[in-house]
This record gives sequence, C-alpha cells and structure tokens, in this order.
Amino acid sequence: MVEMIRINGLSKSYGDVPVLKNCSLDVARGEVVVICGPSGSGKSTFVKCINGIEPAQAGRIAIDGEDLPSKPAAAARIRARIGMVFQHFELYPHLTVMENICLAQIHVLKRSREEAKAKAHGLLRRVGLTDKEAAYPSQLSGGQQQRIAIVRALAMDPVAMLFDEPTSALDPEMIGEVLAVMLELAREGMTMVVVTHEMGFAKAAADRVVFMDCGEIVEIAETARFFAEPASERARLFLSRILAH
Amino acid sequence: MSGFDVSVILDALPFLAKGLGLSLGLTAIAMVGGLALGLIIAIARLSRFRTLGTLAALYVNGFRAVPLILVIFWFYFLVPLLLGRPVGALYSVLIAFVMFEAAYYSEIIRAGMKSVRPGQWQAAQASGMTYLQAIRLVVLPQALRKMAPLMVTQGVVLFQDTSLVYVVSLHDFMTSASIVANTQNRIVELYVFAALVYFALCTAGSTLAQRLSSNRQRAH
Amino acid sequence: MNYAWNWGVLVQPPYLEWLGQGIAMTLAVSIAAGIIALSLGTLIGIFHSSTSGAMRLVTGSYINLFRNVPLLLQMFLWFFVVPELLPKAAGTWLKRELPNPEIITAIVALGLFTASRIAVQVAAGIAAVPGGQSMAARASGLSTVQAYRLVLLPQAFRIVVPPLTSEFLTIFKNSSIALTIGVYELTARTQQIQSFTYQGFEAFTAATVVYMVIALTVTTLMTVIERRVAIPGQSARV
Repeated sequence: MVEMIRINGLSKSYGDVPVLKNCSLDVARGEVVVICGPSGSGKSTFVKCINGIEPAQAGRIAIDGEDLPSKPAAAARIRARIGMVFQHFELYPHLTVMENICLAQIHVLKRSREEAKAKAHGLLRRVGLTDKEAAYPSQLSGGQQQRIAIVRALAMDPVAMLFDEPTSALDPEMIGEVLAVMLELAREGMTMVVVTHEMGFAKAAADRVVFMDCGEIVEIAETARFFAEPASERARLFLSRILAH
Repeated sequence: MSGFDVSVILDALPFLAKGLGLSLGLTAIAMVGGLALGLIIAIARLSRFRTLGTLAALYVNGFRAVPLILVIFWFYFLVPLLLGRPVGALYSVLIAFVMFEAAYYSEIIRAGMKSVRPGQWQAAQASGMTYLQAIRLVVLPQALRKMAPLMVTQGVVLFQDTSLVYVVSLHDFMTSASIVANTQNRIVELYVFAALVYFALCTAGSTLAQRLSSNRQRAH
Repeated sequence: MNYAWNWGVLVQPPYLEWLGQGIAMTLAVSIAAGIIALSLGTLIGIFHSSTSGAMRLVTGSYINLFRNVPLLLQMFLWFFVVPELLPKAAGTWLKRELPNPEIITAIVALGLFTASRIAVQVAAGIAAVPGGQSMAARASGLSTVQAYRLVLLPQAFRIVVPPLTSEFLTIFKNSSIALTIGVYELTARTQQIQSFTYQGFEAFTAATVVYMVIALTVTTLMTVIERRVAIPGQSARV
C-alpha cells in the first residue's frame, strides 16, 4: 500500500526548547488519524510541519511519494495539494466568502474565474451555505466560518486534509455542525490528520489515534484499542481526565 | 504698522498659486515614490534573508536619525557630483524627498504587515501561495486598510516638510510667500496668509485621516 | 566622480571650533525646547483627556493649530510677525534688547510645536489605561486629582515612553530648522564649512555621525527608563 503521508524523524526546537522530538508517522491513503494529547504537547506544531508552514530542523516528509522540498517555491506546489483547516478559521477578512474560496484556486491552480466559482458553488451546496457566498467572514457565526474554511480547503481538490483543533475556538452549540462535515468527509474516504480533543469524533471516524506528550509521539494505536486499553500510563491518565468531563 | 493690507496678497496670488502648485506636486511625487520604495524596503526588512533585512534596517534607521534639512543639503551637494553636471535644485530635492519619505513609509507598511495575524500568513502558505503571492493577495490588502489613516497623516507631515526646500531657494509656497513678504515689505500679511493656507489644507488632511480611522473602527 | 578628499579639514581651525559650537547649540536648543515641550505637553495632554467639553475645545484647538502649520513658518511667525503685532515698546524690546532673539525664538517655537505632539501622546496614553482603573480609583474614594496622580498617570506614563522616544528624537532633528532664522546650530555650521571649503562630503558626514550618536544616546536612555519602570509580569512594550 502506498502511504499518502510519510513523516520520518521530525525534530524541532525554539532556541533551546525542543517542541518536537524525533516524531515519525505514516498515514495511508484514505486513512483518518486523530492526534490528541495535553496542551503544549506539540501536536499543533506537528501538524503544521506536515505541510511545512512551520519549518522543522530535522526529519523527512513525503506527500504521495514526493519529498517536501525545503525551497519555498517548490514547497508551495506540494502544499497546494494538502488542505488545511485552522483553529481560528483564518478566513481572509477583506474578502467575501466566494472570494475566499476562489483566491487560491485562481492564483495557485490558475483556474478560470468561472471554473473556480462553479467548484465553490458545488461545495457550498454540500455544507448548506449557498446563501452566504456574498457575505464577509465577520458576518458569519464561528461554525459557519469554519465550514467555509473547510470548503475553501476542499476547493483545491486536496489529496489529504489537515485539521488543527478545528472546533476548539467554537461555542459548544456550533461544534456539531463542523464535526458533521468532517465526519462526512471521512466516510467519503478523504485522507485526514486531525488534531482534536473531540474524543467522540475520534471514536466515530478515526482509524488510528496518535497520543503525543512533551513533543514526543508516545503511542500510536487502533482507535478501539486506544480507548479500551491504552498502552502507556500517560495516555491512560490523559484519557481518564478528558473523558471525566 | 499700517493695517492689514489684503491687496498685496491679491496682487501676488498668481505667484503664490504657482508656489503652492510646486508644494503639492512635490508632496504627490514624494508620496508615490516614497510608498513604492518604502514597500520594497518593508518587504526586504521582513524577508528571510538576513543581509537584506539588515541593509533595509540600516537604510531606515539612517534616514530617520538625521534632519530632513541635512538630507536636502546632502543631495543638493551629492547629486550634481555623482552625475558630473549641474541638474538644478528641483531634481536633487525630489530624490532627497523620495528617499527620505521611503524610510518613514516603510515603517508604516512594516507595522501594518506585522499587524496581520500570523494565522493569515499560514493559511495563505497552506493553500500553496508563494511568499510574494501571500503578501500581495492576503497580507497587503488587510494591512492597507489599517495603514490608510497613518499614510494620510504622514502625507500631511510631508506637505509641511516641503516648506524646507526654502533652504535651497526652490519656489514652493513657503518660499514664494517669503519672497513677496520681503520685496513688498509686507511680512505680517504674507506670513499670516501662508499660515492660514497651510492650516486649512493640513486640517482637511487631518480630518480625512480621522474619518478613515473611525470608519475602520466602526467596520470592526 | 571627481572629488578631492580632505578629512583633515574637519580638525583644522576654525572648522573644528565651528563644529563644536554647532553641536553645543543643537544640544542647548533641543534640550531647552524639550523641557518646555514635556511640561506643557503633559499638562495639555491631561486636560485634553478630561471629559469637560469646553476644556477639550481649548486643548484641541491648541493641538490642531500647532500641528497643522509647518514648523519653519511657525519660527518665522514668532520671529518676524509677533514683534510687529505687539504694542510698540514690547516689539522694540523683542527686536532690539532681548539678547540672542533668534535662539530664544527657536527654543520657544520648537517647544510649543513639540508640546502639541507630546500632548497627543499623553492623552492617548491616558486613554489606553483600562476604564476600570478610573472607576476603581473613584470607588475607593480618591479625588479626581488623586486618581490621576496615583493611578492613571503612573500607568499612562509607562505606555507613553516608547512614543515619547520618537518625539525626543524629532526635537533634535527639528532644531535644525532654527538655521532659517539665523541660529548657528550643527546643520548650519556644516553647511557653512561646506561653502567655505567645498568639502561637503566631510562636513555633512560629520553632521550625520553626530545626529546618529544623538539618536543612539536618546534611544538607549529611553530604553533604560522603559526597563526601569516596567511592571514585573507585564511586557515593557504594549
């Protein structure tokens, strides 16, 4: 089986402080991997290193069999093939919803305006937000903004999607609508790496769970096994705390 | 003193208007040139290449440490020397103003670009944009909105600063007023009139800057 | 480029002496104007932040008037126009008997001009102190003056230090405009050396270096102050 994402020996530090220590992970085509761990465990940095928007100091990353180059221009070409969804949405506030979805399609993929718009329309219909295309991000609720952000990433026809705590900046009543979209994506066979505290989502959608702590990958396990009998003491402690809520 | 003589101002109006034209023209050219050069310097200062950043910082801090009058003297003396022939005060002054203003505008632009959340850079990069695309399509449009009031304010300062070309006897509005004041021996009338004109134009500019900045605050 | 270098000119009499006098004059005018600007500007800034409408009108007018006329013209107004508008005796005294009228005028003009800029910074600093602080001060029974002196100003001062640095630097640079009314400060002296010797490079380089040293000194001093007064646990810069 060809791995979609291969990460080998990734290390990174800010000055003397190590944030990632020799992390390795392979993600198969169509696989959904959830990364969890206490705050400050480096999971957010890890996922941002996968497409290189956070530079790592050591290690190799390959996407769909192609090494992620260190040259910025060459890296950009590969990044365009991976979608990313951020904790704080990061929609462009000066552009409408439609312009947000079309910007990279036009300027990176060189699609025509019509093509880009048609793509956007189709995806907006899927998430039920066709009436919002002329709105500006600040006029939308958090849940709507995050669904638009997912659409913006999907419009690039990515081979994989990265999610960095996509629901942790949302009010509780809006988490469901975003998770529903993600769940549907997972069912359709999208390759996904998701950093999240939503253990319900992990149980429902993840093939495997990665547990990180202090910049290290402590444990990688099949989802059912991870929740039933985590191998490490640290993961057990983390689960007992987070599931108690 | 024998009363405020308005007729001397009226008689001199065409001459004064020509001077005001030069002041405004100089302001416009220095603003456009300063913004363009300032943008390049700001991007250089934020770039990953250390030497480029250091050079840009030297440029900015160098120009910001010295008085504009000294810069005008420098270029008035240097430009003919470098070109090997006299070029007249106007060209020297134009170059001096563009380079001087670029230092100030680059700081405004840099602050504006830095005020854009790091997540926006990351989102742009994540979608495959190059560094320059991210600046052009995502960062600058947001930064420009924040910078607009400051740019207008700097434009008002610049317009006032053009009066300093007095030291190389270019006939801007200030110098023209001074020439009429001395040849007609009507110092009070001319300088008070000049002050009123500057005050009116600068107040209009300041009001525009305020309106821009309160529009912005309301929009957010 | 055809240019005969002669750095030695800078240490020849009388040019070395001219340079020294120029530096001394620049420092004297700037520091004297700075004292006026800081005291008057702080006062106007405090009044400008008050809620009284009439008071804001007065302080606002001062700020607008002095910010919207070029400093060069302000110097001319103080130097040439004001003596004409005063009663005859006072005008004559200003023109004939006041020692070094051009230096006094430069200091006053630069001081009053910069005061308007400092007032804006001080008012903005006070406005940046969280509103709850003023309420907390009043709730604990402090008078308005006490609230300003003990609670608001100490916090505003710390906010205002970085922008004040740039205003102080500007005073030194703006003092060069005094040359237009005949004050022989640093820029005027180097221009004078240039026109006497045609060694413009050397003369202007000397002035540039001195201004840079002044800028560096002021910045360092202000950074020290900023560190000294920084509240532990809060970053010095807002």
